[in-house]
Amino acid sequence: MNLWGWILLACLISIATKFVGFLVPAKLLDNPRMLRVAGSLTIGLLAALTATNAFASGQSLVIDARVAALLAAAVALWLKAPFLVVVLVGALAAGLARLLGAA
Amino acid sequence: MLLLRSPAVRVGLSVAVATGLYGLSFGALSVAAGLDVAQTMALSLLLFSGGSQFAFIGVIAGGGSGISAMSAAALLGIRNGVYGMQVNVLLRPSRWWKLIVAHLTIDESVATATGQSDPDEQRRGFWAAGLGVFALWNLFTLGGALAGNAIGDPARWGLDGAAVAAFLGLLWPRVQAKEPAGIAVACAVVTLITVPFVPSGIPILIAALVAAVLGLSGVGPSGEGLEPDVEPYSPGAGGGAP
Repeated sequence: MNLWGWILLACLISIATKFVGFLVPAKLLDNPRMLRVAGSLTIGLLAALTATNAFASGQSLVIDARVAALLAAAVALWLKAPFLVVVLVGALAAGLARLLGAA
Repeated sequence: MLLLRSPAVRVGLSVAVATGLYGLSFGALSVAAGLDVAQTMALSLLLFSGGSQFAFIGVIAGGGSGISAMSAAALLGIRNGVYGMQVNVLLRPSRWWKLIVAHLTIDESVATATGQSDPDEQRRGFWAAGLGVFALWNLFTLGGALAGNAIGDPARWGLDGAAVAAFLGLLWPRVQAKEPAGIAVACAVVTLITVPFVPSGIPILIAALVAAVLGLSGVGPSGEGLEPDVEPYSPGAGGGAP
């Protein structure tokens, strides 16, 4: 299947997931185990995506300008900067690091 | 005019502006990852869930396959199902409205609605944030995608750094306590250890499996990690359940 196929399938699954929430009885909300899995999945996936985007290059691990972006974004978040500012700080840090000779 | 006097509507609209603006970064990063403008817009219009959209393009940008990208997006979207149950109880939409209400069920609309105590205000907050974010998110995605197409090589502009920052920004409000931070560190470490050994995109799914096992085995309080991307009632503050 080509990229379009996976995109449309991802959209379909997203719509179905949201809709399923409206069909199941609210009692399921009282199930702490299900809530915990949904929550930890969200955290785990975002952490994994942060890690691969910062350090992976194909199948190898590298330290390059993106580390500067990771650190700068962490500082911006710690200073409670809004999301868009955090993203811009990340771009700026990576750009600057490259300008200074980082890979 | 009368509507603008509703506190929930005002909060919803300000959330919509803030969230819509970061649609710019999604649009630009999506075309940098190799999607075209139409594919980018399909994600914003139909998938319509910021975290899952960033996950999809994040996997593709790293050289992962379509199926890994789809799986990451689907797993990250599971929390929307949980939100759906909450919204169903709050708004009690009739059968046909459910489809539309479900599509607008995202971090921002749920956070705005659940932050109100009066049922009418909850309803207004949900619609203001849901419709507002939908309109602006798509508008700014288009702007970002067109701009991203125009500037060319993503690395030269630090766009790969922007992606790293975006994911950390989505993660940050959810890891303010010790247990969720532990889950995040464990999953990041597992990801990095597995990167050299399996195809791109798979490490993220392995990390998801580890996260699910940690969640099942009862690490961390229930509901942790389900904090929305935004905290409409105290801007900039991290964490805080809706």
